[in-house]
Amino acid sequence: MNTDIALILLQDGLVSGAIYVLLATALVLVFSVTRVVFVPHGDLVAFTALTLSAFESGQRPGTVWIVMLAAALALSLEMIEAVRQRDHARAVLSLLRFGLVPALVVLAALFLVPKTAPLVWKMTVSAALITCLGPLIYRIVFQSIAAASPLVLLIAAIATHLGLNSIGLHVFGPEGVRTDGFSGVPLVLFGMIVTPQAAGVLASSVVVVVALYLFFRFALRGRALLAAAHNRRGAEIVGISTVTAGRTVFVFAGLAAAISGLLIGPTTTLYYDSGFILGLKGFVGAIVGGMAVYPLAAVGALLVGTVESFASFWASAYRDVIVFLLIIPVLLWRSASALAPEDGLE
Amino acid sequence: MIRPLISFAPLIALVVAAMSPLALPTYQVAVITYVMIAAVACLGLVLMTGVAGMVSFGHAAFVGVGAYVSGYLSSQLGCSAWIGLACAVIAAGLAAGLIGAVTVRMSGHYLALATLCFGISFYFLVGNSEMLGRFNGLTGIAPVSVAGFDLRGERAAYYLVLAVLALVIAWCRRLLSSRTGRVLRSLRTGPMIAETFGASAYSYRLMAFILAAVIGTVAGWLYAHVQRFLSPTPFGLTASIDYLFMTVIGGSGQLWGALLGAGLVTIIKHELQDLLKFVFGPTTRLELLVFAAIMIIVLQKARKGLWPFLEQMFAPHAAPGADIDPVVLPRRRAKPEHGLTVISASHLQRSFGGLVAVDDVSFDVKSGEILGVLGPNGAGKTTLFNLISGVLSRSKGELSFLGAPLSKVSARDMCRRGLSRTFQHAALVQDMTALENVAIGATHLGRCGLVHNSLGLDRVEERQLLGWSGLLLDHVGLADKAFELAGNLSLGHQRLLEIARALAADPVLLLLDEPAAGLRANEKAVLAELLARLRREGLAIVLVEHDMDFVFRLADRLMVMNFGRRIALGRPDDVRADVGVQEAYLGVAA
Repeated sequence: MNTDIALILLQDGLVSGAIYVLLATALVLVFSVTRVVFVPHGDLVAFTALTLSAFESGQRPGTVWIVMLAAALALSLEMIEAVRQRDHARAVLSLLRFGLVPALVVLAALFLVPKTAPLVWKMTVSAALITCLGPLIYRIVFQSIAAASPLVLLIAAIATHLGLNSIGLHVFGPEGVRTDGFSGVPLVLFGMIVTPQAAGVLASSVVVVVALYLFFRFALRGRALLAAAHNRRGAEIVGISTVTAGRTVFVFAGLAAAISGLLIGPTTTLYYDSGFILGLKGFVGAIVGGMAVYPLAAVGALLVGTVESFASFWASAYRDVIVFLLIIPVLLWRSASALAPEDGLE
Repeated sequence: MIRPLISFAPLIALVVAAMSPLALPTYQVAVITYVMIAAVACLGLVLMTGVAGMVSFGHAAFVGVGAYVSGYLSSQLGCSAWIGLACAVIAAGLAAGLIGAVTVRMSGHYLALATLCFGISFYFLVGNSEMLGRFNGLTGIAPVSVAGFDLRGERAAYYLVLAVLALVIAWCRRLLSSRTGRVLRSLRTGPMIAETFGASAYSYRLMAFILAAVIGTVAGWLYAHVQRFLSPTPFGLTASIDYLFMTVIGGSGQLWGALLGAGLVTIIKHELQDLLKFVFGPTTRLELLVFAAIMIIVLQKARKGLWPFLEQMFAPHAAPGADIDPVVLPRRRAKPEHGLTVISASHLQRSFGGLVAVDDVSFDVKSGEILGVLGPNGAGKTTLFNLISGVLSRSKGELSFLGAPLSKVSARDMCRRGLSRTFQHAALVQDMTALENVAIGATHLGRCGLVHNSLGLDRVEERQLLGWSGLLLDHVGLADKAFELAGNLSLGHQRLLEIARALAADPVLLLLDEPAAGLRANEKAVLAELLARLRREGLAIVLVEHDMDFVFRLADRLMVMNFGRRIALGRPDDVRADVGVQEAYLGVAA
């Protein structure tokens, strides 16, 4: 291997790493607020690319049916509860939240996205559809078991993944897609050829992570979320609703998945079931960050991307094996530092 | 009427299972055979995930090890299935030992991810191995033969699998109710209980990991010789996830739950596929959506899984165990003479970052003495307990126990030396009976390990340990609650239960962290009487308590702490008159 190849591999690795950073950040976020390991996150990423690709070929994306189904379910769950509690305000609010909002997005997707529409508009509607799914999933699956053990939440998340996977095959079919990327002339940076796609991915990833950081550091809503993450009971006592916190964080998760999907779509062929392994690599990054530390999770995700890129050059059949086995020492190190006996006893 | 029925339920189930192939069509017999193989695999996961609290995403890989080792030996080298079984168990045991030695140190999601890594790796390694037939698989595996008869055909395979399943369940039941099993069952609450009572949490976690792998291997061996064809797919991540589903849906800590979960998951998946084929065409995978929906609804309605849910519906009371005769242990630790210094601490200090929680504290306790420790919340009393009992390491200072200086203390070591304690927040295993919880305290007094427990060679010792535990339950006034689940006891009774457990370790020094909190007046009187009697027997007791009356009436000496420092030490009357103490409690000098 010479330096040129190494540089190309490094660039590839950093680009896919940047996407794993987004995934890892969202996973850490969701986990720290709700204790859910959001396994279906990767599915949402794949669905975004499939949605955009359907728009590009002038078809109705299957995502529309998924959103409609999920919204109908969530809405009926909400309404049943609202009627039981005779809570009219809640009924109206849920009509808006789980009825009107998804309905508007679905209508837009059905009628306002002609094949000739600009790419940005197609991307926006795709992202809106996927973002809708986040809070809907939270309502249907997790809200009523929010206080259960992490194992139960994990199993529920895996079940959700299976469900999404199966409906994904049904509405998208087994074909893989590759979406159009950012076009433009490749730049030359320090003797390295950088495609606009790569630059775009890196820049978007940085923007999203910085925006999230600012939100949690400075916005009141963000700090309320952190409070809910830190101590559920305490947050409830001072008037922060953990249900709202959970829902908000799932909106973020949906949005992060959508952005990741838009970024990764042009770089690789995605199938309805490609999401799981993507999510898994984001998860590895998140674990490196101890499911709690954002910068470390980002470093972990970049590491995963780079290792994967080099591994696929040397031994592509064993690519995933190499990635996952190299993680073991990192896990040991992280676990050892998390297990320092002084912590958590007082 | 229902009681005897329940205690004979396993036998009835076995008889029904043994009769059913005679009545069922061949196809159903084959389906049930595969359900039972999955149930065997799930039993391993019950031990690891449900009982010991370690989530595994790699269980199918161990099932695969069993299948491939025996399958390879049979199809390529013509070995008998029994040699294959022996080799498979050895191979899986070694592999699990190596992998486990590294991974069981990890906690929570780290461990889950590590097992997932191994699970995925196994799948790809087998799939890319020429020797094992790559993704095409391995064919020509011989059936198991017993005394010259080949167990070919659905019905023969059914009986083989049923026999193995019954053996594995019987063995798991025996193991879980033994000394080893009690420690394993405590692990789900964390390593603290095991370590406090002299057992190495790490070794027991490793044991659970290896046992799970070996049971999985047996399931894989069955699979190889019943299916007689192997490909990597049934041992991939999806399969591991399926096993996890089965275990959790059934009720993760429940042996019978494994059976229920394996049956439900296999049959639901199967039937749904047949059903939805008619609606959506032969290539549909929508059955997984319905399956996922069913799983989520089950989790939402019965968080602990279906078996506990059913048990609650049909038999809400724990079945009473066999009668136990209270006995005193034959070999008890010699109590030190009255007045001998049991523990002495000088200039103990412990800081957390910038916070000095315990600062320059010196004291000693003699046998036959009760030392009361008082102080406002946050004064450092619990930290002091943790320093003495080896839960925390000290930053500075000296400690000695029965005259022997302690350079480095660990909870396990202190238990063996004769220190025993209770916790401020009762740390009991909620789904074990009161009696079993107490018996955990006596863990380090027993000698029977895994082998003795498995083979039933531990009867004499068990009778002693349980009898001794029963005696101590009687001493704290909980004799009538022996077979209640600890989680169903009132908070006050849970504290008494902790004291009984601490005494079961046969200590010379007892640390009690707020033992009287949550007790009623008459229960406090019983407790005070018990502590006074223990003092007469020569036990040294350190008591943290907020009930002043209780402490002042009982303690021989009092130590008062504030802001991590010792502000007074002496006889109760002197301490009551101490100006510094009055300032700490009342804010100003009285």
